[in-house]
Amino acid sequence: MEGLNTVGLVEVLTLDGLDDVVRVLRDQGRKVIGPIVRDGVITHDEFDSVSELPHGWTEDQDGGRYRLVPTGTDEVFGFSSPSTSWKRYLYPERTLLIRARRDNGTVEVVQPQPDAPAVAFFGIRSCDLVALGILDRVFLDREATDPTYAARRSDVFIVAAACNRPGKTCFCASMDTGPTPRSGFDLSVRELHGDGRHEFLVEAGSERGTELLATIASRRATTADLDTAQALHGRAAASMGRRMDPQDPPLAALDPDHPRWDDVANRCLACGNCTMVCPTCFCNATEDSTNLTGTEAERWRVWDSCFSIDFSHLHGGSVRSTVKSRYRQWLLHKLVTWHDQFDVSGCVGCGRCITWCPVGIDLTAEITALATPQQSAGRKGVPS
Amino acid sequence: MSSDLKPSLAVWKFASCDGCQLTLLDCEDELLAVADQLEIAYFPEASSAMAAGPYDLSLVEGSITTPHDVERIQAVRRDSKFLVTIGACATSGGIQALRNFGDVEELMSIVYASPAFVSTLETSTPISDHVQVDFELRGCPIDRSQLLEVIGAYLAGRQPVIASHSVCMECKLKGNPCVMVANGTPCLGPVTHAGCGALCPTFNRGCYGCFGPAETANTDAMIAALNANGMGDDEVERLFHTFNAWSRPFRSAPVPVAPPIRKTR
Ligand code: SF4
Ligand code: SF4
Ligand code: SF4
Repeated sequence: MEGLNTVGLVEVLTLDGLDDVVRVLRDQGRKVIGPIVRDGVITHDEFDSVSELPHGWTEDQDGGRYRLVPTGTDEVFGFSSPSTSWKRYLYPERTLLIRARRDNGTVEVVQPQPDAPAVAFFGIRSCDLVALGILDRVFLDREATDPTYAARRSDVFIVAAACNRPGKTCFCASMDTGPTPRSGFDLSVRELHGDGRHEFLVEAGSERGTELLATIASRRATTADLDTAQALHGRAAASMGRRMDPQDPPLAALDPDHPRWDDVANRCLACGNCTMVCPTCFCNATEDSTNLTGTEAERWRVWDSCFSIDFSHLHGGSVRSTVKSRYRQWLLHKLVTWHDQFDVSGCVGCGRCITWCPVGIDLTAEITALATPQQSAGRKGVPS
Repeated sequence: MSSDLKPSLAVWKFASCDGCQLTLLDCEDELLAVADQLEIAYFPEASSAMAAGPYDLSLVEGSITTPHDVERIQAVRRDSKFLVTIGACATSGGIQALRNFGDVEELMSIVYASPAFVSTLETSTPISDHVQVDFELRGCPIDRSQLLEVIGAYLAGRQPVIASHSVCMECKLKGNPCVMVANGTPCLGPVTHAGCGALCPTFNRGCYGCFGPAETANTDAMIAALNANGMGDDEVERLFHTFNAWSRPFRSAPVPVAPPIRKTR
């Protein structure tokens, strides 16, 4: 059955039971981070009890548009991907790398210990969970391991949640990354809602998940429960608003002179929103600062974007001065060369870059158009 | 360091509101450190001591609006080893550049009782239209920590860390949801130069473009998005034509027309 990891315990919990899970995690000294409603969107933050989750809210997401909409039900997980991804908790927006102090001609350099609070991710969606796996490849499974990411990632307790109501910009089903979490979690929750019932099918995916689940008042899942979950999964998988071919087109199939590159460059603001909200984009800049007296210096790592000019600034200037070249870099890295570099697509189908692009540029539409051969219009009259 | 070895600082004013110079005075704690590292040689807003040039570092506030300004900025440049413009007036002409879209004679007749005594140019222009500028610091007004960064970088002999990308990037670094996407609030963030820390979007307001155009600002696409959010051409024009109206990317948005100044009694 889809997503069920039969090694672990599978139990059915009430809403109170789910709250007990949160309580136990908090008693372990963890900051429990999950979806909450704030500023008209569903985002993430620390919360104390399941009563703070977005009960009864879903969202209408489309290219460049997001609105909260009531479901008219008491569903807890009735929405899809929150406005922010989870990467900021493992790979913070700004990280202090070193601090140096000059005193009487000697320079002392200190590398601060990464600060790694004990956390639990509660309600992480399947696409975002797959994205964490991709970030693991980037930051951990390489010759050099990133100390901040490693310290923050090592002990995260993961409570994943299946999506019952994918949004119009979701396409995890076609990317084979959702809507039901398959692996990489300690616990995975499926909300069984409808026909007067409101329960949660919870599956353990790790030893510590099984141990925790065993302490919660619950009942054993029946075949009927599993069938309901499976039916919900099928319905969700069939209601994705977008789709994309996971076999991303080979680089050779993407004509660099295709007129669509100019077309998208004319629409793109090069604002960087797409890379900032993407759960797998990891690029950053290194910033050095000094104090006024020249006695202290700091080096920070800050999120950057391939849409900024400085990002590709080599001596003499930026090698991607046009918006066209920057959009091309983003799309081709994400969907094509990421495979060569990390053996996986850089896209998990969360749809955030579509929703949060202020002008609604949609990578699924762009890649489809670009993979369709067309006579190149060349550079005729189009600023690139 | 003995005082005569300190680099000298001069602060100049052209057509402006003084807000950017005040940002320097506002530096409070750091102001002492600045005064410790630099000899404040010429700063009429803050001190009556006016030492003669040349100066190592000049901060220039304000735009060029009079024939006298045109000459004075040449003298300032000649006397300055390193010239930094501070604020929207000095870098793009300021709010007073709205005159550039209209008829100055007509505007003077509306504003002044005896326009004959006023000697002014037809346009308000940025410093870089007249002399070579070494660094332009944006903002209306400039940001305190960015000013200290520029001074600190000058003292350390390094490049200032001042991003020229969009306000959106700062907005996302703060984790803000986008006000355009989530509320349909018109926001100039995508075409505006970073520096304010996405102040307005953080308080659920659209960006007003105080820091002027970002690198490679795609104003045409921005205007299309504003139109799609229900803004008519008049409103779009008012949004772009504020403190940085005369900056090239904002100048022609959406069509150059006379500023909305009405004759009062
Ligand atoms: S694709 Fe959209 S979000 Fe990304 S840089 Fe372009 S306009 Fe901004
Ligand atoms: S590229 Fe877009 S849809 Fe794909 S993972 Fe990133 S934000 Fe989500
Ligand atoms: S609110 Fe404005 S500055 Fe922030 S992301 Fe949206 S368009 Fe950009």
